[in-house]
Amino acid sequence: MDILKFITAGSVDDGKSTLIGRLLYDSDAILADQLEALHASNRKNDDGTIDLAILTDGLKAEREQGITIDVAYKYFETDKRKFIIADAPGHIQYTRNMVTGASNADLAIILIDARRGVVEQTTRHSFLVSLLQIQKVVIAVNKMDMVDYSEDVFNNIVADYQKIAAKLNISDVTFIPVSALKGDNIVYPSTAISWYKGDSLLHHLENVEINRDNASTHARLPVQWVVRPQTDELHDYRGYAGRVSSGSFKVNDKVTVLPSGFTSTISKIELYDTQPAEALAGMSVTVHLKDNIDISRGDIIVNSAGEPQLSSVIEADLCWMDTRGLDTSLTYLVQHNTKTVRCKIREMLHKVNINTLEKDFDEDFKLNDIGRVVIKTAEPLAFDPYQENKANGGAVIIDSRTNVTVGALMLRQSVE
Amino acid sequence: MSTNRLDYLDELEAEAIYILREVAGQFEKPALLFSGGKDSITLVHLALKAFRPGKFPFPLVHIDTGHNFEETIQYRDEMIARIGEKLIVGHVQDSIDEGKVIEQTGKNASRNALQTFTLLDTIAKNGFDACIGGARRDEEKARAKERIFSVRDEFGQWDPKRQRPELWNIYNGKIHKGENVRVFPISNWTELDVWNYIRRENIPLPTIYFAHQRDCITRNGQLMAASPFLNMDEEDVVERRNVRFRTVGDMTCTAAVESYAFEIDDIISEIADSKISERGARMDDKVSEAAMEERKKGGYF
Repeated sequence: MDILKFITAGSVDDGKSTLIGRLLYDSDAILADQLEALHASNRKNDDGTIDLAILTDGLKAEREQGITIDVAYKYFETDKRKFIIADAPGHIQYTRNMVTGASNADLAIILIDARRGVVEQTTRHSFLVSLLQIQKVVIAVNKMDMVDYSEDVFNNIVADYQKIAAKLNISDVTFIPVSALKGDNIVYPSTAISWYKGDSLLHHLENVEINRDNASTHARLPVQWVVRPQTDELHDYRGYAGRVSSGSFKVNDKVTVLPSGFTSTISKIELYDTQPAEALAGMSVTVHLKDNIDISRGDIIVNSAGEPQLSSVIEADLCWMDTRGLDTSLTYLVQHNTKTVRCKIREMLHKVNINTLEKDFDEDFKLNDIGRVVIKTAEPLAFDPYQENKANGGAVIIDSRTNVTVGALMLRQSVE
Repeated sequence: MSTNRLDYLDELEAEAIYILREVAGQFEKPALLFSGGKDSITLVHLALKAFRPGKFPFPLVHIDTGHNFEETIQYRDEMIARIGEKLIVGHVQDSIDEGKVIEQTGKNASRNALQTFTLLDTIAKNGFDACIGGARRDEEKARAKERIFSVRDEFGQWDPKRQRPELWNIYNGKIHKGENVRVFPISNWTELDVWNYIRRENIPLPTIYFAHQRDCITRNGQLMAASPFLNMDEEDVVERRNVRFRTVGDMTCTAAVESYAFEIDDIISEIADSKISERGARMDDKVSEAAMEERKKGGYF
């Protein structure tokens, strides 16, 4: 059994919280005491049924305002899969929260209100899904009960959306007509939507195939920690501990250590008291090399047959996440894998109006702005273009005055 | 279904090991908060996997309310002897003796609230800059929004509105002097995941997790272990019951559940069928809907 991580994009008005609540409720993922609290709450739907949206409301301030203001994580499982939902707010002022939730998602559910069709926010959410390279997209056309479960309404929305998907290079899209309020096609197939022959949302989530990049030429191991017991019996033990971010390593693989460029061969792979034949993407291991070379935290071990780019002048997409705007005169920190170095934003190429997808040349990066920049780092980063290998292409910017994470970078290419 | 992805327990384990190693790599003086409960016992096991054959790059810290299940203390001491790592104990009794906190009185008196002070005091005295804890996001809805690296100010407070964005697997542990970070490596595990992992890895647990006979009283609809730490009066009827505990906390606030689960397999099927979530068995969360959030803001881990 594996884990599927997905994000739900949409606003309160689209019935996003109700959809998640319905998914949890109908798949029996709600426990008795939570259910008791739910029944005790005085928030009800107009027809007197329980308001399932309450299940996903986290913080007190949010309960008071009735809105989701931060990413909340929810867990449930079926016999086929385990699920982690990143429930992100959909409003434009919370773009950074959605970017955060999207960064680890394998799949995105984008909600469209059947009465309103494709709207500005649909474009925005799709742009973010494309920017963050989420593998799979589900368009849940919700509130079908409010449009008499009309097939024409659904088909028109599909046609409209395909234009956006084409523009944004989103290739893997599944469309499902649903009513979260009534439970149509969420967990159980709908009898009211007999013209729809596809899977219910849950059935789709259970079966959709998600791939991990295990190609050996993409093998990347950012070194987190050097294990050196220095005891009498383990005098020469020197293991490099880290989590394989992409690709796979085997004993006898020729590897290169970056940024130094030293090469060696893997002599042993350990996972505590076992020695797996192969270290696959996602595994936390300790590797040993044949040669005694100087390696420390922040270095990355890669397969010599497929080295990443090594550069200190890099073009990247940037999402700004702080209320203090970007200041090109400041020195920031950039954290990429296990390496943190100083950096400057050397150039702002353009911004994107994420509602219309038009380029904008206003030179001012404020909270939630997204665009393209060139960064200059104090030491070179060993990265892959985010669009090709997101596990080694994402980085964050930290304001060294406040220590807060202020930007997300999707690295594109060296421009040295 | 795809075949090139890790099994969920391997995935969760690998993520937790990665987080523990990030703590080791990013902080000067981390600590692992050890309560004697199954979640922190799991953390210790994960730390063995992250750092052996080397030593842990942090001590274990236990905040002792003095109102412990004796089985927990016994387990703790045996475990420390087995793994050969350092243990630091912060005593709530010391905080009371120093006049820093005042013992509660009345029928529902508990030292549970007092341990927040002792924890913050222990962090300050030892200069810890990161404290690893076993909290999980599935426990309670205020925890659903907690970061893996959660920054606390010098008063130990969590500010839900000023959380740092946390993207991919990049954890920003940069802090100012006086601040510290709480780190939750098993954030993405559910209660059942922890149990399945304990079974798979054969991790020993304190005996109170398994069904046993015990003198109990019923209070506020919940079964509490009769003990000298619980203020009892003539209304309290002591009954011998077959129970086990789903969490291990202070004796005055940890409720038992009626159970005949003597083996780990029994527990797993009991939980899988169960209709009460784990924190539902803790009286301290029953106070109000926003109880957990308030306590987190105040520095409770």
